[in-house]
Amino acid sequence: MTKLLEINDLTVRFSGKRTVHAINNVSLSMEQGETLALLGESGSGKSVTLKALLGLLPPKRSSVEGSIHVNGTDVLSLSGKALQRYRGAEVSMVFQEPALALDPVYTVGHQIAESVMRHKGVSKADALSTALDMLDRVRIPSANRRLHSYPHELSGGMRQRVMIALALACRPRLLLADEPTTALDATVQIQILLLLRELQKEFGMGVIFVTHDIGVAVEISERVAVMYAGQIVEEGTTREIIRDGRHPYTQGLLAANLHDVARGARLNAIPGAPPALEVKPDACPFAPRCSHVMPACRAALPPMVTTEGRRRVACLHADAVVAAE
Amino acid sequence: MSVTETYAPSADTGGPGQPLLIVRDLQKHFPVSGGLLGRTQAKVQAVDRVSFSVKKGETLGIVGESGCGKSTTAKLLIGLTEKDRGEIIFDGHALGERLSLKDLRRGVQMVFQDSYATLNPRLTILDSVAFGAQVQGLADPKCLARKMMDRVGLDPNRFAHRYPHELSGGQRQRVNIARALAMSPRLVVLDEAVSALDKSVEAQVLNLLGDLRAEFGLTYIFISHDLNVVRFISDRILVMYLGEVVEVAPVDSIWAEQAHPYTRSLFSAMPSMDPDDRTKEPPLVGDPPNPINPPKGCRFHTRCRFAAEACKTKVPKLAGLSGNADHLVACHLHDAASGHPKAGQGVPA
Ligand SMILES: Nc1ncnc2c1ncn2[C@@H]1O[C@H](COP(=O)(O)OP(=O)(O)O)[C@@H](O)[C@H]1O
Ligand SMILES: Nc1ncnc2c1ncn2[C@@H]1O[C@H](COP(=O)(O)OP(=O)(O)O)[C@@H](O)[C@H]1O
Ligand SMILES: [Mg+2]
Ligand SMILES: [Mg+2]
Repeated sequence: MTKLLEINDLTVRFSGKRTVHAINNVSLSMEQGETLALLGESGSGKSVTLKALLGLLPPKRSSVEGSIHVNGTDVLSLSGKALQRYRGAEVSMVFQEPALALDPVYTVGHQIAESVMRHKGVSKADALSTALDMLDRVRIPSANRRLHSYPHELSGGMRQRVMIALALACRPRLLLADEPTTALDATVQIQILLLLRELQKEFGMGVIFVTHDIGVAVEISERVAVMYAGQIVEEGTTREIIRDGRHPYTQGLLAANLHDVARGARLNAIPGAPPALEVKPDACPFAPRCSHVMPACRAALPPMVTTEGRRRVACLHADAVVAAE
Repeated sequence: MSVTETYAPSADTGGPGQPLLIVRDLQKHFPVSGGLLGRTQAKVQAVDRVSFSVKKGETLGIVGESGCGKSTTAKLLIGLTEKDRGEIIFDGHALGERLSLKDLRRGVQMVFQDSYATLNPRLTILDSVAFGAQVQGLADPKCLARKMMDRVGLDPNRFAHRYPHELSGGQRQRVNIARALAMSPRLVVLDEAVSALDKSVEAQVLNLLGDLRAEFGLTYIFISHDLNVVRFISDRILVMYLGEVVEVAPVDSIWAEQAHPYTRSLFSAMPSMDPDDRTKEPPLVGDPPNPINPPKGCRFHTRCRFAAEACKTKVPKLAGLSGNADHLVACHLHDAASGHPKAGQGVPA
């Protein structure tokens, strides 16, 4: 079967007042129906990766190198109608802020139906019945009535559900989710995570879920890729990452989660802050903050080492087990 | 002089046994326009019947979902929002009687969630940190500010003359902490103070807060929606739901047993950290109800699996668990005389 996703050596640079080397030689592949969490702190390049996947980067202010294939389609070569068709039908996205996806002046039923008509070429009546079905599937109570609601008439959790219904109405093969639960309360967040998990199983689509919260990654995804300074520094199954994170940055993130930390103990905090990315990293970008740093780490980029299966780590210590302190 | 020696909090009046802060029956309802043409005056019942105390040197964590009244409670404490009713007693002195608002505000400082709004964009970092001390007429505020900057990990030689927008989120939070501590407060209210920070930076700031607490003998009220963070830093945890206190208990006690059904749901909503034991069912459905017309009786009854008739009509009182008097809960299940069919049996498994 064709791979769902193949990203090869993706490099994204923003120019303008400031140059930002946002993505640096990222490679990533996904099988059909896989769920992957992109885990990293703010500025690590998670959202830019998703935008590149959707062909949403500003053409004048960004330069993009490398390749992206979704189901064999060369995404970076798409434009015009073909790009429109790809977005929504092949790949679609849910955001942290539903306002980015939902138009305040149309009812939610209208918006979902509109998208179905555009991508599937069905009649308005059929599109509306798909819309109703989708609202049911995302468990919106009295969906029939809610078809006629405007986004502002819905609660925060409800708007997230509508956005998910809109994103899934055309049955995309790949769903991109950019921190869709970050702004929600814990009791609402877990509802949305479990809903997405169920819909993913039901529809069999692949999911890339961007988050800075390891717990969220555990709930939603089979695999995790950890990003730092525009690079993937480690990838593995969620189990591998949680139980045996190898990269010192991954280990630091796990410790900072405070799960199971003795109360009041001194935290083993990663010192400093991520690099500004005004220049492209030519050594390990984590070296200045790393407690295991060696001279070689500052001399060149560490190679990505595949340890077992699809497990990979970009750290000179990858083979030695770096003891988590 | 070292920064510890320059730290000059107001005198301890009641001795170590007297709570630093006692809050009794605090209430705040905000009028909002509602209905047709915005004529009818509805009320957001943001804070109701809130009572608690904070011991000297203790950290009290406050948790609850957005809109439950955490920030309003914090603002009421220092008079940033005017209370409708209730008593605020700081080290034995009641606000409005033996304690003026000015004295209260010197003894209690706040640190808010990082946002550009909390620092004046036109003031240098040094001026921001020195500002409060200057207003209060403390001696040599600039010198004090430099020492405090140094103490929170911001080299004054590098940062004194910078502006807020030139700093990272973590650095701005250090500025906010230095600014609060320059006033030599005894109580610091931290309202989502680390919530906007990345995890690795949050860990650094938590370490700093722990060090400062020990060094200056501080008492904290630590407000956050992140249970793991609150557990890490607090001695006791207070849980709010729709403007009311539903449970207050020592951390270990509440971690072992969540006595209120809402607290239990809140704890079960935390994402699992075990890929082989993920959450199977959400503990609650739907969003929290609107605080404009909160449910009668127990405000949680509309979402509670154990709700009975009594819960719809009678407001439960905050009371100690039998055999664990430090663990307070406001739930009819725990009150043998409540009239709930399972009264006195605690929350079923
Ligand atoms: N349109 C843009 N123009 C310039 N810089 C950008 C743009 N979008 C993102 N960046 C920069 O790229 C880096 C990665 O951003 P992003 O992918 O949004 O991070 P995150 O991991 O938080 O989602 C950041 O330094 C950000 O400031
Ligand atoms: N100045 C105000 N005017 C009207 N309503 C307010 C005001 N401040 C807060 N509220 C309302 O009071 C309730 C409690 O808010 P808040 O204390 O900020 O909650 P939390 O900090 O727990 O998220 C919310 O419903 C909020 O909308
Ligand atoms: Mg982002
Ligand atoms: Mg708040």
